Amino acid sequence: MEIGLNHYLVLSTILFAIGLVGVMRRKNLLMLFFATEILLNSVNISFAAISHYYGDLTGQMFAFFVIAIAASEVAVGLGLLIVWHKKHNNIDLDNMSTMRG
Amino acid sequence: MFEAVAFYLFAFLTITMFYIAVTTSQSLYALSSLAAGMIFISAFFFILGADFLGAIQIVVYSGAVMALYAFGMMFFDTTRDVKEKQGNKAIILGLSILSAILVIVIVSAPIVGNNIEALYPVTEGAGNVQEVGMVLFTKYLVPFEVAAVMLLVAMIAGIVLAGKKMDLSLTLMTEAEILMMKEEDKNKKALS
Repeated sequence: MEIGLNHYLVLSTILFAIGLVGVMRRKNLLMLFFATEILLNSVNISFAAISHYYGDLTGQMFAFFVIAIAASEVAVGLGLLIVWHKKHNNIDLDNMSTMRG
Repeated sequence: MFEAVAFYLFAFLTITMFYIAVTTSQSLYALSSLAAGMIFISAFFFILGADFLGAIQIVVYSGAVMALYAFGMMFFDTTRDVKEKQGNKAIILGLSILSAILVIVIVSAPIVGNNIEALYPVTEGAGNVQEVGMVLFTKYLVPFEVAAVMLLVAMIAGIVLAGKKMDLSLTLMTEAEILMMKEEDKNKKALS
């Protein structure tokens, strides 16, 4: 049985849907970050698959930059999270209503 | 044949791991299953011939990002169960519809883009790492530099945000100094 591009795209869609459900249902901000990592990774899979099946390296390049962005997002996000936790002693999303208009 | 077996095995493992990471109420389980899922994803990159990307995936995600998350979890109360949102029927319905539309769009995308051609085609007789180096340091040099600056900014931001009082060491201070620091913290909290 031959594994085609659509197999990878379907897998990427499933993982993206899992990450989306995680983003929607999580209350804890650390868990929310985990869900965003899942989203980024699912996109990376489809980038690599398209790069392979079209014989083009652009997809892999984009995957590299996505990984770089994910790494910096984690660094800044965790820093902000630690500051918030020091100040308010919890990281629940529902308590973050200071910027509500 | 082996490719199919590997694909289905790792697809099953990845989906299971990410499902656990999304649904579990223990944050430690979520962390470890997410790390496992990241490593299983790198298997897809190796199957697809993107060796360098797979190595980067393991190094960056399960090395750096997961270590950073584990470090961050030391600050938070991880033994407590993570509270979940009450299931909102409208959100779940909207999500499933969105996911279904997403499936259709993603599966039909290669059919629409049938006539696209390779901008940076794979060179013959060069390994994946060589190809990546050739494209990255010629066509994508400017984005590469910009990504480096962005990582530097993120590093400085992380140090500035999380590194307050990093010059103090609890092991090198005397008991009296630690008690005094705690008192100061209490006073600050009472004020704010």
